[in-house]
Amino acid sequence: MSEENEMVTGIEAPIYLKYNFTAGAAAARFLAQVKKGVVTGQRCPKCKQVYIPPRGACAACGVPTKEEVVLADKATVQSFTIVSIPIPGNPIEPPFVVANLVPDGANISFIHLMSECDNADVHIGQRVQAVWKPQEEWDYAMDNIKYFKPLDEPDVPVEKIGKLPVTGLEG
Amino acid sequence: MREIAIVGYQQSDCVSDAGAQNEVELIIPVVGRVFEQVGITNAQDVDFVCSGSCDYLQGAAFAFVLGVDALGAVPPIKESHVEMDAAWALYESILKIRMGHADSALVYGFGKSSPGELPIVLSQQLDPYYLATQWVDTVSLAAMQARLMLDKGLITERDMAEVVSRSRRNALNNPRAQLKGDISADDVLAEETYLSPLRKGDICPVSDGASAMIICTVEQAKAWGKPYAVISGIDHRIETHNMGMRDLTDSVSTRAAAERAGMGNGKVDVAELYAPFSHQEIILTRALGLGDDTSVNPSGGVLAGNLMMASGLSRIGEVFDRIVAGEAQRGIAHATSGPCLQHNLVTVLEAA
Repeated sequence: MSEENEMVTGIEAPIYLKYNFTAGAAAARFLAQVKKGVVTGQRCPKCKQVYIPPRGACAACGVPTKEEVVLADKATVQSFTIVSIPIPGNPIEPPFVVANLVPDGANISFIHLMSECDNADVHIGQRVQAVWKPQEEWDYAMDNIKYFKPLDEPDVPVEKIGKLPVTGLEG
Repeated sequence: MREIAIVGYQQSDCVSDAGAQNEVELIIPVVGRVFEQVGITNAQDVDFVCSGSCDYLQGAAFAFVLGVDALGAVPPIKESHVEMDAAWALYESILKIRMGHADSALVYGFGKSSPGELPIVLSQQLDPYYLATQWVDTVSLAAMQARLMLDKGLITERDMAEVVSRSRRNALNNPRAQLKGDISADDVLAEETYLSPLRKGDICPVSDGASAMIICTVEQAKAWGKPYAVISGIDHRIETHNMGMRDLTDSVSTRAAAERAGMGNGKVDVAELYAPFSHQEIILTRALGLGDDTSVNPSGGVLAGNLMMASGLSRIGEVFDRIVAGEAQRGIAHATSGPCLQHNLVTVLEAA
């Protein structure tokens, strides 16, 4: 191939765009509570579902979710997976558990890590509780909760997952 | 062909910074008001939904999907999106209704441009090999276009300043406008140039906000019993991305779109033109052949407030508002996309 016909197979075109990102009013309220060690959800005025983390609207009804609800830091495993590859930049060592958890008092799950458990024993319906970082490290961040650890409580039947009051299974 | 009506239109205020509000929080009030205007509850009550937005504005992939949270999408709805101004979402919705796949549609557009540097963000819509890599921003490109017109003697700086003055004065009657005031062309000319030959007044502001519209068949409009205007024509045309090949002092694509949309079939009482720069309003007015009997940009146009990805839809909404208010019998709305008026859409609206 002569020089004038040399194929150009790529060019470098780096993109740098700077943004001052805002999470939104609903997320800001949620994160301000997490900074104080409190987990909150928001209730839909129409269907009464409690969302965590809230985004400001009920995705089912399309209405603003203004009512704030304090939730427990106890939760139920709705689903989980065992991850065998590391998270870039995260010290957690594989294999670790990523779980869909429904906190007591909420109807929607959110995703967090599980630890202090035998991965082989993790199961749907299992009861767990948040393990928080030391209070002086709390920030506007979900990783104020390091992970969730199993609780010595009876399993929640599948049909009741996502339907527990804030007081838990006994309440 | 099925005749299509606009039955509702709402827009948020144009604000320079919507602060902590995210996109869903911007959309919900506007969409809620347009449902109320038509007398329906949520997106379950229309057959189709189409939105226009651009993820580059907020700097997050698939950010537009979060907008669906504003709709009430349980049970699932038929929904689509264009990575463009919502005027093109309206175009898609019209096709959907004309094909008989829907009788009604919600169209909405939203943009929160304040988190980024909009003129730089928009440089990334340019041709990726030769232009985007140079980071040529939209304001600089428009300034070159204005310079070309001045040097050819097609416009004067005073012509441009008069466009700005009229925009600011018209916007005094627009409660949703961002920039308004009783300023003269002399006041505008007294400003320093910003990106020569453009003064800040020649350039649309950066605005955050949303707009929404409901369209339907004329039969559905009658069933809802709300005042409506008829969309008698719509067309869009695009020019090459190679700006060296375009006549930047004219807008042939706007003229072609207007002809195809049937603008010439009657008198034009009102025209809302998406001209982000003062000289572009002159290009568009000439390309469309608008005379003194047409009221141009009575809202103040986008020089008074520019909701990226919603302003095109808002132009159509502004004409709709004037027709249902009885101030106009027939009007046209223009929307644009791309640098220096590259892509243009013209809608013709008529009283029912």
